[in-house]
Amino acid sequence: MAITWILQMHDSLNNSPTSSRIQCSPRVIRTVIVCCALFSAISFTQTLNAQIVLPKDVLEAEQARIAVIDKATPAVVAIFPPDGRGGGSGVLISPDGITLTNYHVVEGAGPFLKCGLSDGNVYDAVLMGIDPTGDVAIIRMLGRDDFPFAPLGDSDTVKVGDWAFAMGNPFLLADDFVPTLTFGMVSGIQRYQYPAGTFLEYTDCIQVDTSINPGNSGGPLFNVNGEVVGINGRISVEKRGRVNAGAGYAISINQIKNFSDHLQSGRVVDHATLGATVRTDEFSNVIVETVIPTCSAFFHGLRAGDEIVSFGGRPVGSVNQFKNVLGIYPKGWKIPLVYRRDGERYEIYPRLEPLHSIGELIEFASAPAPAEEPEDKPENIPPIPMLPHQKAPEIPEEYAHLCESRLGYANYYYNRIKQEELLATLKSLGDYGQSSQKWTLTGNLKDGGAYRLVLADFASLFELPGDGQVFLLDSGRPETFMAGPNSSGMLMSLRELQQFLISGPEIFSEIIYIGSEPLDGVGAKVDVLSTLHEDRQIRWYFDREAKQLVGWDTKFSEDRPECGVRIPGWKTGGPYAVPQELKILVAGQPEIILHVNDMQTESVDDPKL
Amino acid sequence: MATPILKLRLRRYSSSIVSAIVLIALCLGQSTQVVASQNEVLQKVLPKTVKLYGAGGLKNLANYGTGLLISADGHILTVWNHLLDTDQIIAVLDNGRRLPAQFVSGAGEAGLAVLKVEVINAPHFDLAEVSRSGPGTPVLGFSNMFNVAAGDEPVSVIHGVIAMLTPLTARRGRFDIPYKGDVFIVDAVMNNPGAAGGALTTQDGKLLGIIGKELKDSRSNLWINYAIPLSDVRDTIEKLVRGEVITDDSIELPPVIRPIDTSGLGFRLVPDVVPRTPAYIDFVMPGSTAEAIGLQQDDLIVLINDDLIQSCREFYSQLRELRKGDALRMTVRRDRELVNVELIVPELN
Repeated sequence: MAITWILQMHDSLNNSPTSSRIQCSPRVIRTVIVCCALFSAISFTQTLNAQIVLPKDVLEAEQARIAVIDKATPAVVAIFPPDGRGGGSGVLISPDGITLTNYHVVEGAGPFLKCGLSDGNVYDAVLMGIDPTGDVAIIRMLGRDDFPFAPLGDSDTVKVGDWAFAMGNPFLLADDFVPTLTFGMVSGIQRYQYPAGTFLEYTDCIQVDTSINPGNSGGPLFNVNGEVVGINGRISVEKRGRVNAGAGYAISINQIKNFSDHLQSGRVVDHATLGATVRTDEFSNVIVETVIPTCSAFFHGLRAGDEIVSFGGRPVGSVNQFKNVLGIYPKGWKIPLVYRRDGERYEIYPRLEPLHSIGELIEFASAPAPAEEPEDKPENIPPIPMLPHQKAPEIPEEYAHLCESRLGYANYYYNRIKQEELLATLKSLGDYGQSSQKWTLTGNLKDGGAYRLVLADFASLFELPGDGQVFLLDSGRPETFMAGPNSSGMLMSLRELQQFLISGPEIFSEIIYIGSEPLDGVGAKVDVLSTLHEDRQIRWYFDREAKQLVGWDTKFSEDRPECGVRIPGWKTGGPYAVPQELKILVAGQPEIILHVNDMQTESVDDPKL
Repeated sequence: MATPILKLRLRRYSSSIVSAIVLIALCLGQSTQVVASQNEVLQKVLPKTVKLYGAGGLKNLANYGTGLLISADGHILTVWNHLLDTDQIIAVLDNGRRLPAQFVSGAGEAGLAVLKVEVINAPHFDLAEVSRSGPGTPVLGFSNMFNVAAGDEPVSVIHGVIAMLTPLTARRGRFDIPYKGDVFIVDAVMNNPGAAGGALTTQDGKLLGIIGKELKDSRSNLWINYAIPLSDVRDTIEKLVRGEVITDDSIELPPVIRPIDTSGLGFRLVPDVVPRTPAYIDFVMPGSTAEAIGLQQDDLIVLINDDLIQSCREFYSQLRELRKGDALRMTVRRDRELVNVELIVPELN
């Protein structure tokens, strides 16, 4: 309005002097009056212009914001199920098409989706993995290796009062896929949203008054620097209908970073429980109420009555905070936990237990198409806007090979690819010969004493000549599997490596690429391969930089703690690589460290130990 | 000839242009400079805001709300609503401390109440410093909206701009609101469940008003986003703090829905055990009017005075609206039939 008016005013100013001449007549007088009036108008315009001049830093701030938005826009994705009914949003986070969205956007849509970018193009995309509990999914956009993508921020630095903007496709307004932008304030952080009648649980999420509406689901929440700090997925609604009511919730990007490799594994990803229940006492201390005696935390020493001081590196002062921490980690991760008992502090790294059973996860993987009635949705998920037309889902032929269906998986293809990649790194260690091999390792314990270790199919042996101790594991006598100095299952664990290296993955009845986790809760992220050998569950860890096996944990049975072996490095150069060191861990604590001086392999035609 | 019109336009628009420019400048400026100090402002204001838990929990009646600490001794200003209709009100401070709160006093017209918790040296809003601002002022709202901040965490903060100052023409359910003063109308969705009693402040944290209960505009029937300016009611609040009950005001408390003894009507409903217990007649008293007009055991009440009844609670809440002598028209379902009856409401407890 104002601008239009100013323009109109300038037009009349330009015209007036030419149309009026100074003559001594009533017309002249009238013109003089008009001129005076115009002059006053001009001088007023000048004062007005003077007020329009905005401070330089305001203009710069505006330009900076425009630049941030321009940069963010190309990475924002409009996601549609293949039948064209409804849609949501997403955000590209890598040039090869890795895209974050909500689980409830892809739920029931099948393995292939259609994605629109602000360049106006529609791309095919394939499902890579889902996290039904956390309401996150990763899809991969196809057809380019130079997709625009948004950088990820650090959601732990988000503060209440920060500005935050959301982009996406609310109400599916953008026919040309240019995203809608809404701008607002961070209203709360570390919010815990109770499960809304379903599994779905938003922990540690970011609350914003940025307008989030149906169709925004799965889209990015940006900080003022244009870094993704969250994925918008939920709103509080009540009496005003299912639209923005001043409270939207974004899943924190740090949670999604924890799950990112899991979500690219083609799996149905699970959240975790500690295996213990906690309560708040009258002094606002968080006290362990019960601990399941088969869970990792129990084996690490946690007992009922202990006071939890911190969890995941965060101080814990309420059950809510405890749940908030728990919710951001995948099952199977080892998370630092500090507890206090009788005034003593203890720090442990228990492995988190699964939140759901395999059966429940399989149900998610084969989730039926979402019901047409949005009423069937949990109350505060913005419903996916539905479009009236309906097309039959079609699988793009050139990409059909990118999807393999398998019970319990969102898309087995991506799991198989990663398995093959990790198994290839084992192959590169060298040739450990055919089956029926005997390995003899010699060297020193960390404290200096010599040892001899023999691993073979029919029996294994661990000898400490200095102490005069010899321990024999007889493969035919199960009572010898875990006894004496081997009660931790050390020889059994080492035998797993031997069989894996000699016979390959065929010895396992099940093999799954899990994703990644920080090694032992503190180290760099390692890729995790989970295998089942008879009834032993083994997690193999692969360094991502060196592409090398760095250790594994063997779970023999429910009622025993895991036995871990760590290999800090390999000696290469010979026909096969030799571990520099074998570090044996029981329930996370180092039990014994074997420096390896020599490793010989022989055929077992000579069964002499 | 065009000049006078021009001048007229100038007058008409110049103020709005200037305020628009100021507004734009303010909005643009926010993203960079204000951010650093904004976090500091929030850290000052949040500890002065408390979460309240009390009566309610039924449909559309939240059992959570917000209050403002207004003295170092723990006086809490809030709105007078159903939440306070219990002896056991809990105030949760921003550090998670849970304290029982005592009702001190209430003023009906402004709909305000003062509670007190036992604390010393509480961070609080100084009512002497309450300011008043006009349209265009960027504001912050602090409240326990939706009870999102369910743990030991501070309340939610939202931002907006004062759109206007205007008298409130609103109603809650069937009741018109007695408050006659001006209120701040805000462009953000401010009056959510649990937000009532929250703070409206300037961007630098100066208290302007208290977020009111959820109300609909009388004419448009739309929900209003508003706050009551506290500069107008400072005297009232001081009286409340001293424990003076303000009797001149008509005191309106929304009804908390409890079963009513319907024996005066000659029948009883089934026990109200779940939130949506169907309104079945459990018992018709022999010799009563209810029996005379033909009501029977196991009749399902579906309509009262043309309002749909879906539960015992809805029946009781409708009945509460009626007074002695009013007609009570009921439609009941008996097997597959609908039966209409009418009786006159007697004195009920």
